[in-house]
Amino acid sequence: MPDATKTQTEAVVDAIAAPSAADGHKEQGKPRSLWGDAWFDLRHRPMFWISSILLLLLLVIAAFPGLFTGADPRNGDLTNHFLTKPDLGHFFQADWFGYDGQGRSIYARVIYGTRASILVGVGVTAAVTLVGGLLGMLAGYFGGWLDSVISRITDIFFGIPFLLGAMVVLNAFTDRKVYVVILALAFLGWTSICRVMRASVITAKQADYVTAARALGAGTPRILFRHVLPNALAPTIVVATIALGGYISAEATLSFLGLGLADPTISWGIDIAEGSQAIRDNPHALLFPAGMLSLTVFAFIMLGDAVRDALDPKLR
Amino acid sequence: MGRYVARRLLQMIPVFIGTTLIIFLMVHILPGDPIRAMWGDKAADPAQVASLRHEFGLDQPLWKQYIDYMGNLFQGDFGKTFGGREVIDEMSESFPVTLRLTAVAMIIEIIVGIGLGAWAGLRAGKAADTGVLIFTLIVISIPVFVLGFLARFVLADQLGWVAPNVQDSTDYAQLFLPGFVLAMLSMAYVARLTRTTFAENLRADYMRTAMAKGLPRRRIIGVHLLRNSLIPVVTFLGTDVGGFIGGAVVTEGIFNVQGVGNLLFKALQQREGSTIVGVVTVFVLVILVINLLVDLLYAVLDPRIRYA
Amino acid sequence: MTIMDKTADIPAPRAGGSNDAPLLEVRDLHVEFHTRDGVAKAVNGVNYSVDSGETLAVLGESGSGKSVTAQAIMGILDMPPGKIPQGQILYRGQDMLTMSYEERRKIRGQKIAMIFQDALSSLNPVLSVGYQLGEMFRVHQGLSKKQAKAKAIELMDRVKIPAAAQRVGDYPHQFSGGMRQRIMIAMAMALEPDLIIADEPTTALDVTVQAQVMDLLKELQTEFNMGLILITHDLGVVADVADKIAVMYAGRIVETAPVHELYKRPAHPYTRGLLDSIPRLDQKGQELYAIKGLPPNLLKIPAGCAFNPRCPKAEDICRTEIPVLVPVSEQDGSELPGRGSACHFWKETIHG
Repeated sequence: MPDATKTQTEAVVDAIAAPSAADGHKEQGKPRSLWGDAWFDLRHRPMFWISSILLLLLLVIAAFPGLFTGADPRNGDLTNHFLTKPDLGHFFQADWFGYDGQGRSIYARVIYGTRASILVGVGVTAAVTLVGGLLGMLAGYFGGWLDSVISRITDIFFGIPFLLGAMVVLNAFTDRKVYVVILALAFLGWTSICRVMRASVITAKQADYVTAARALGAGTPRILFRHVLPNALAPTIVVATIALGGYISAEATLSFLGLGLADPTISWGIDIAEGSQAIRDNPHALLFPAGMLSLTVFAFIMLGDAVRDALDPKLR
Repeated sequence: MGRYVARRLLQMIPVFIGTTLIIFLMVHILPGDPIRAMWGDKAADPAQVASLRHEFGLDQPLWKQYIDYMGNLFQGDFGKTFGGREVIDEMSESFPVTLRLTAVAMIIEIIVGIGLGAWAGLRAGKAADTGVLIFTLIVISIPVFVLGFLARFVLADQLGWVAPNVQDSTDYAQLFLPGFVLAMLSMAYVARLTRTTFAENLRADYMRTAMAKGLPRRRIIGVHLLRNSLIPVVTFLGTDVGGFIGGAVVTEGIFNVQGVGNLLFKALQQREGSTIVGVVTVFVLVILVINLLVDLLYAVLDPRIRYA
Repeated sequence: MTIMDKTADIPAPRAGGSNDAPLLEVRDLHVEFHTRDGVAKAVNGVNYSVDSGETLAVLGESGSGKSVTAQAIMGILDMPPGKIPQGQILYRGQDMLTMSYEERRKIRGQKIAMIFQDALSSLNPVLSVGYQLGEMFRVHQGLSKKQAKAKAIELMDRVKIPAAAQRVGDYPHQFSGGMRQRIMIAMAMALEPDLIIADEPTTALDVTVQAQVMDLLKELQTEFNMGLILITHDLGVVADVADKIAVMYAGRIVETAPVHELYKRPAHPYTRGLLDSIPRLDQKGQELYAIKGLPPNLLKIPAGCAFNPRCPKAEDICRTEIPVLVPVSEQDGSELPGRGSACHFWKETIHG
C-alpha cells in the first residue's frame, strides 16, 4: 500500500522478471516484449491451462463428433427409449446421458451440438473483430469526418440491446442456418470492438514513438500496421476473447427461444428448450445439454480472463 | 451543464432515428406475410387480405410506412395490434410489471454485487477473493435461461419454497426469484468490477493519508474508498440496462411474468410489427435517457469531470 | 484563538515531557517485506530520536529505508507483506508497536501527523478539501459538520491560502501544487500534533514554491514547538531547516551529525559522495562527481558494509564485517557531540 513498499517490491520483481523474459525473446521492441511478457504470464496461470485443455477437447469434439459416439443424434426410437433415464456407468455409450423426449441419445446430441456452438462463437468473434476492428482503426487513426460518420453509426447500433435486437433480426429469417445466426449476431455485436479499437488506436497514435516514426519519414500504412496496430491490439483481443463465451451463450438463448438455430441443426439451446418441458420428472434431458453449454462458455470466459490478466495486469 | 445536456439531447435524435429505422426495416423486410399467416394453412380471401394490408398500411412503400409510423409515434400513437388493441394499451399494462421486476433485480444486483465485490476486494489475493472470483466465473458461464430453469426446478418444483409462476406481479415476494435470476449475470459483473476498483484504490495514496489521519477503519473504507470505487460501478450499472432488457424476455418467459418481455416474445412469434417496433422503440428511448443520466451522475460523483 | 485553547485538553505537557524520555525514539528498528521472490530487508536496525522543537533530517536515496522507517512510525505500513521482526518505536517512552490498534489510531493525526510528497494523489480526489480538513476535528474531537467547516477555513487561513472561506468547498485538483501542499500541511497541523513527519514535502514542487512551503513548515513548527522529522534526498533543503541529520543507506544509519558539521567534515564515504555530487559554481567546467554503481538490491544486501561495492575506499574488511555506528571524535580524542559514523575507516574519512 505505501509508496515506498510498492516501488521496492516492484523494483525487485522487475529485476527478477526482466532477464528471464529477455532470454526467451531476443528481439527487443515494445510489441514483442508486451506479448512476450503476456505469454510468460500466461504460462504460469493454471486457469489458462485448464481452459486451453478444455477448449482443445471441445474443438476436437466439434470437428470430429463421430470419434466420440457411434449413436445417431437425429434418429430417435420413441417406443424403446422415450425419456429413458441416464445410465451413468455406460461411459461413451448411447444411453450414457439417457434419451430425450423423442427417444434420441442425449449423449450423441450433446456431442453433435458442440459444432454449432463453437462455430457460432468463433464465427461471430472473427466477423466482429474484423469489421469492428477495421472500422475502429480507421475512425481512430484518420479522425475527422470519417471518425464522425463511423462513431455515429456505432452509436446507433450500440443503442439496440444486443439480445433483443438479435431476436428481432433473426425473426426476419425463416431458414436459420448457422451462418445466418453468425451474421445476425455480428451485425449487432461489432460496436464494442469498434469502440475499444478506436480508443486504443487514438492512444497509440499519440505515443512518442509514432511521432518519431513519422519524423523519420515512415508512410501511413507503415505507421498504421507496424507501430499503431500492434500496440492497440491488446485491448481488442481481451474484449474479443471475453465476448466469445457471451456469443455462445447468446446463440443458445436464441435457439432456446426458438429464434436461433432451427431443427436439422443440433443446438444445445433447442435441446434445453425441449428438455425444459419434461423437467419435473426427467431433469436429465435438460441438465446434460445445459451442463455442456455452461462448461463451454466457462472455458471461453476463463480463457478470456487469463488473457486479460496477462495482457493488462492493471485490470485484474 | 445545461448546454451539455442540450447537446446530448440533440445528439440523441439521429441515434434514435437510426435505431428505430433499423428495427423497423428488420421487422418489415420479412420475407413472409404476417397477414396471410393469420389464416394459417387455409386459403385466404384475397380481398380480405388486401383490405387488412391497407388497414395496417402494409401496402405503402416502406419509407412511407416508417415516416407515417414516426409521425404517429410523436402523437403517442403506437398503432394497433392485429387483434385490434392499441399497442400503447398493451404496453401500459405490461411495462409496470417489467419495471417492478427490473427494480427487484437492480436492488439485488447492487446489494449483492457490490457487497461481494467489496468483500473480495478488501481481501485481494486471499482465499475469499479467489472464491468470489470463481463464483462469478461460474455465474457468468451459466446462461440466464439455464439458471432460470434450475432455480425454478430446485426452489419451486423440488423444494416447494416458491410458486413456479408469478401469479400476481405486484407481489414483490413472488418477483424475488425471477428478479434474482435476472440479476445474476449483471451481479457477477458488478462484483468483479467492484472487486477490481476496491483492490486498486486500496493502494492509492489518499488511502494512506486517511490512515495517517487516524481515521477509524470503517470511515476509511466507507467514505474514502467507497466514494472513489463506486464511480466505475455506477457507469456499468447504467450501460447494463440493455442487458437487463434482453434478460427480461427470457426470465419473464420462464416464470410466466406478464411483462413487456412476454409481450414482445408473443409479438415476435406472431410477427406483429407494430408491437415489436413499439416495444423496442420505448426500450431504446429508455436506454438513451439512462445513459445520459449516468453521464450526469458521473459528473456528480467525480468532481474532476466537468461537462462544458 | 480556539486552536490554542485545545492545548489544555491534551494531557501530556508539550515541551520536555513528564519524564526524561525523548518525544520519539526509534530503537533497533527492523522492517522487511516478504515478497514472492524473497525477503526484502528495507530497514536493518535504525536508531534515532527527536525532541520537541527539534528537527531531524533523514537523508538517503530511494530505497534507503527512510520512508519505510517513517511509515513504521506512523503505523501505516502494509502488513503483510511488511513485517517488523524486531525493534521499538517509543512515543514519550511508550512502545507504540505493542499498543492496540485503537491506541495507535488515536495517536495518528492527533499526536503524530504526516505530510506526504505528492499532495495531488495523497488528497482524496472526490472529497472537498474542507471535508478532508474538517474530518480531523469530526473524528478526533467529535465536532459537528458546521463547526468542522469553520475550523477548516481557519486552518486554510493559517497556511495562507487566499480566500479560504470561498475555497473551502473546492476539490484538490482545483488548487495549484503549492496550495495543495499547504492543505496537506494544514491537515497535519490540524490537531497540533507533537511530532510531524514530512516525507519529501517539497520534492514535487517548483523551486520557487519549495522555499515558501519550507518556510511555512518551519514557522508553524516553531510556533507550536513541534518535533519534525524531515525525510529528503535534497541536501539543499536540509541545510536551512534541520538541527541534526541522519544519513541512511540500505536500511541502516551510516552517519549522524549536527547539520553544519556534516557539510564541513563528513565522516562516511557515502556522505562525502553525496556532498561531492552537488553541482557547485566554483567548480564550473569540471566533471560532476557521481557515486558509481547502483543502490543495493534489498533482497541481496552485500556482505559486510552494504556500501562496499560502490565505495572508493573499500578494503577487505569492508567486504566481511558490518561496521557499527561509532562515536566520532577529533584527532586529539576530544568528543564531537552528536556525531557518529558506521565506517571502518571513519578516521581517515573525516581527518584524512
